Amino acid sequence: MSAASSDLIHLILGILGVLLVASVIGYVLQRRLSPDGSNAAIENLNARIKAWWVMVILIGIAFLAGRAGVILLFAFCSFAALREFITLTNTRRADHWALAAAFFVALPLQYYLLWAEQYGIYSIFIPVYAFLFMPIIAVLRGDTERFLIRIAEVQWALMICVFCASHVPALLTLHIPGYEGRNVLLIAFLVIVVQLSDVLQYVWGKLFGRHKIAPKLSPSKTVEGFVGGVASATLIGAALWWITPFTPLQAGLLAFVITLMGFFGGLVMSAIKRDRGVKDWGHLIEGHGGLIDRLDSVVFSAPIFFHLVRYWWSLS
Amino acid sequence: MGKPVAAWLTKPVAAAIVLFARAITAVRAIWAESGVPSERCVYFANHSSNGDFILIWAVLPPRLRQRTRPVAGADYWLKSRLKSFIGRDVFNAVLIERVREARTEDPVEQMAAAIDAGCSLILFPEGTRNLTEAPLQPFKSGLFHLAKMRPDIDLVPVWINNLNRVMPKGEFVPIPLICTVTFGNALRIGADEEKADFLVRAQAALLALSPKQMGNSE
Repeated sequence: MSAASSDLIHLILGILGVLLVASVIGYVLQRRLSPDGSNAAIENLNARIKAWWVMVILIGIAFLAGRAGVILLFAFCSFAALREFITLTNTRRADHWALAAAFFVALPLQYYLLWAEQYGIYSIFIPVYAFLFMPIIAVLRGDTERFLIRIAEVQWALMICVFCASHVPALLTLHIPGYEGRNVLLIAFLVIVVQLSDVLQYVWGKLFGRHKIAPKLSPSKTVEGFVGGVASATLIGAALWWITPFTPLQAGLLAFVITLMGFFGGLVMSAIKRDRGVKDWGHLIEGHGGLIDRLDSVVFSAPIFFHLVRYWWSLS
Repeated sequence: MGKPVAAWLTKPVAAAIVLFARAITAVRAIWAESGVPSERCVYFANHSSNGDFILIWAVLPPRLRQRTRPVAGADYWLKSRLKSFIGRDVFNAVLIERVREARTEDPVEQMAAAIDAGCSLILFPEGTRNLTEAPLQPFKSGLFHLAKMRPDIDLVPVWINNLNRVMPKGEFVPIPLICTVTFGNALRIGADEEKADFLVRAQAALLALSPKQMGNSE
């Protein structure tokens, strides 16, 4: 077994251990405080923990399956996220071909380019080509009603759900000296730090949250949750330096950037939900809402993390 | 019409169609407070796409699904061999003749016979796909006559949301969008309820299930 896969297996076992502890805590809380299932917060917590099991197992399988598994997993995530996003937009009949192109041309092409490691084209394919071709396809139908809004929404949906999300598997394409064959651990680092940051913000907020940080956007986010979550996720990121090409200090700094981007990503996506009058993006994941509800912070941190690592560590 | 296609094909084709519908729409059922209907009943739904009954079918628990038959226009579903295979063989539709002059059987009696045989029905009381701006078109009288003939049967309103955006009329590539199927509380016809009153009441019950705008679609 190579060092990379043994590290990966250690990591997965560690995460499963954390989940096991969480499940036991959830079970005890339920027995003590909500035996009849009446405490909504505890029921939601347990639904979330259960969904985490499923997500971790799916991601673990994809990671062990290697490059194809990871790319397929994120292509599916992009698809489900784009579906949630477009569902909430102002599409009209005239957008039909533009939307079909987004789902069935832009999305697969972006992931194909990733697979082919064509950095020069995949890093501009959506911001340049899709940006120009989407409105061209839409305008051919001659419907000008709310044209700018419609185009902007489809473009943004593609940027968020496909372009940004694809920067997670894009980490596999980096060539870092001395880190060959271990890139999947970079993805693990990003996903673990972002998701733990979300969880820890939630936990700190529930325990000590007093002051709302953005009451208009997200009633559950507090200053205490934010500070505690970011600080603890940064420390955990630093402690995970051994799976990365970074020193502990660098790992901590990158984890800090990741958690900040994740936090603000959550706020932005929350603003969109408020605007559209919905509480969740969808219902794909029991207890979490839609896929975007879980992915929002990853999506915002992935491209920044990717480019920071690429700029300072990668040869390609 | 050609000879019937092999019977063993119907189940896999039905499963494939339902799987495809789920992959595109991630369809989710929202049940009424009274829960999943347990007995046979008549589901009546808004009609905006040819896939409407497939979505209802997809969210019904399998044991109910097996005994649930869509009511569909024979003039449309017998037009080609493929359509009649899908409509008649795969989905076991109760095919009724919508054009009065071409009728050899009374549609209401056909439906009542299917109910008597223990089946539930999926009915689109608007009669044809709604291509207007209005959320619902006026109901045709079939639902009323059926309810009169079988007054003990539960009539369950079902609102199908978003499918018209997935596949607008005239398009053949579906856009993946999340759809929901909302079931309302069952209603029954009153002993001496007039046709107009009943149809207005049924229509209102269905309309009440339509969500407040999600995307500002057409």
